[in-house]
Amino acid sequence: MIATINSHAPLREILPATHGRARVSSIGARSFLLEAPGEFDLAAQRRIWALSQAVRGWRDIAEIVPGMTNLLTIFQEAPQDPDAVVARLLEAWDNARSIDLDGKTIEIPVHYGGEHAADLPALCDLARLSDREIVRIHHEATYRVFALGSAPGFGYLHGLDPRIYMPRKTVPSLKMAKGCVTIGGMQTGVAMLTGPNGWNSIGFAELQMFDPTSPKPAMMAPGDTVRFVPARIEL
Amino acid sequence: MIEIVETGPFNTVQDLGRPGYRDIGVSGSGAMDPLAVRIGNILVGNDEGAAGIEVQTFPFSLRFDRRTVFAVTGADGDPILDRLELLPWCAYTAEAGQVLELKHPPTLARAYVSIGGGLDVPSVMGSRSTSLRGSFGGNAGRPLVKGDRIALGDCANFAPVPANGLAVIEPAVALRDVFPDLVDGALPVRALPGGEHALFPNDGDAFWSQTWKISSRSDRTGYRLSGEPIKPTASVEMRSHGIVPGVIQVPPGGEPIVQMSDANTAGGYPKIAGVIECDLWRLGQARIGSRLRFVRSTHAEARAVEQAVARYVEDVRTTSEMVKRALKAMA
Repeated sequence: MIATINSHAPLREILPATHGRARVSSIGARSFLLEAPGEFDLAAQRRIWALSQAVRGWRDIAEIVPGMTNLLTIFQEAPQDPDAVVARLLEAWDNARSIDLDGKTIEIPVHYGGEHAADLPALCDLARLSDREIVRIHHEATYRVFALGSAPGFGYLHGLDPRIYMPRKTVPSLKMAKGCVTIGGMQTGVAMLTGPNGWNSIGFAELQMFDPTSPKPAMMAPGDTVRFVPARIEL
Repeated sequence: MIEIVETGPFNTVQDLGRPGYRDIGVSGSGAMDPLAVRIGNILVGNDEGAAGIEVQTFPFSLRFDRRTVFAVTGADGDPILDRLELLPWCAYTAEAGQVLELKHPPTLARAYVSIGGGLDVPSVMGSRSTSLRGSFGGNAGRPLVKGDRIALGDCANFAPVPANGLAVIEPAVALRDVFPDLVDGALPVRALPGGEHALFPNDGDAFWSQTWKISSRSDRTGYRLSGEPIKPTASVEMRSHGIVPGVIQVPPGGEPIVQMSDANTAGGYPKIAGVIECDLWRLGQARIGSRLRFVRSTHAEARAVEQAVARYVEDVRTTSEMVKRALKAMA
């Protein structure tokens, strides 16, 4: 998105997202969000991963949250000089070189179609493809975990074939089951909690991917490769 | 042990939260009024971050099955111990078998019960707070129900409090200079402009100048505000990014949502502003149906408030330790 400088506001409040320049904005007094310019792609995300590694070592950082081509940084206290924080983040972004994370490969068995694939017919209409085609396109692709968020252990997966992009619903399904394999815009993922969900379900996976009592609660991590393996196709 | 004798829905075990796991999608949780929890714990001789009970639906009562120190902080309203009215923000000793009762507070939203030793529920991912959305932490990942029995931690430094209690000047009074009072019945909530502030016309005037009402569709996850809808000049869809409590998002309907303690970890709605962290406890004490106004703040102001709060907490800690040492010496 493009933001303009607000003439009434100090410069630090809004920084313009011009070509090649990242944008930093604040949430409250302790958090700063850096958004990468340009496309939503693996190249930008690799720089976000690099930036995350650099910023994680800063002494005044409480927590960082990598998002989709962006990074939220939460500081331990409200900074004395917010402009200096913005400058530090932008400098770290400029210095961030693309890295690739050594991720593991996760295979997720999927029951495509069936009772949980409530949105498959609508996707067929939208994509003008048969259900069989859509399932094939979805499971033949290789996905990367860009970031986790939204629900415990939920991975945002990049790599969806543009032929089966499907916008999020304006009115979410009220009670989508945990395990639904879903498409939200240009991303795909597996629902981690039963509840309201705006993504479109095309199948179901039983694999448990989050355990709060484990030393490593989330199965997925940024950089992991994910493959969906058809366990059953019910069309 | 304590036993829950009576409770409404959505009263939970909370501490200062579960930070550090937002990057795997786990909300911070924790008390909506963390300042009350810190003070309550200091009063009863616990670590600031010990687990207590957040009561947001009343009446609520519990029975102690051992002699212990306790304090009720947060909401206004007098706690009752076996029909005896007590003061909030004050530590007392309860005898085994006594029942503590909390009635609906006159104006505020949430009361906190801190007990010597803290609630000994398992620590999950570094915290004893209840994650309602994830169904883990706290008391089996769910709200308290009548009949629940919860173990108390060892009270290593059990220091008796005076028979008539050990009170503290509550933050709203002690910090009157840094937390301004209601203005025409509306709570002033300080906020900084957020990433998409510039998308709202006239420097966000419609947002900053109106009085918002906390709608009934508000809970620990977030407050939905009702008022005259505000619309950005361009509709944007943000890429999913991390968010924190206090972020004020404007969904397509135009009525803002303020994320609270159980905030989602990611979001994509335009952010018009973000509440300064030090004002979140006041918002946590604001009731459904009450009114608030956002006041434009600065990082410098937020930092000054933060430091005033830190000095107050330190003061309470030092004084309460001093008093307890003196009492011990006298005994």
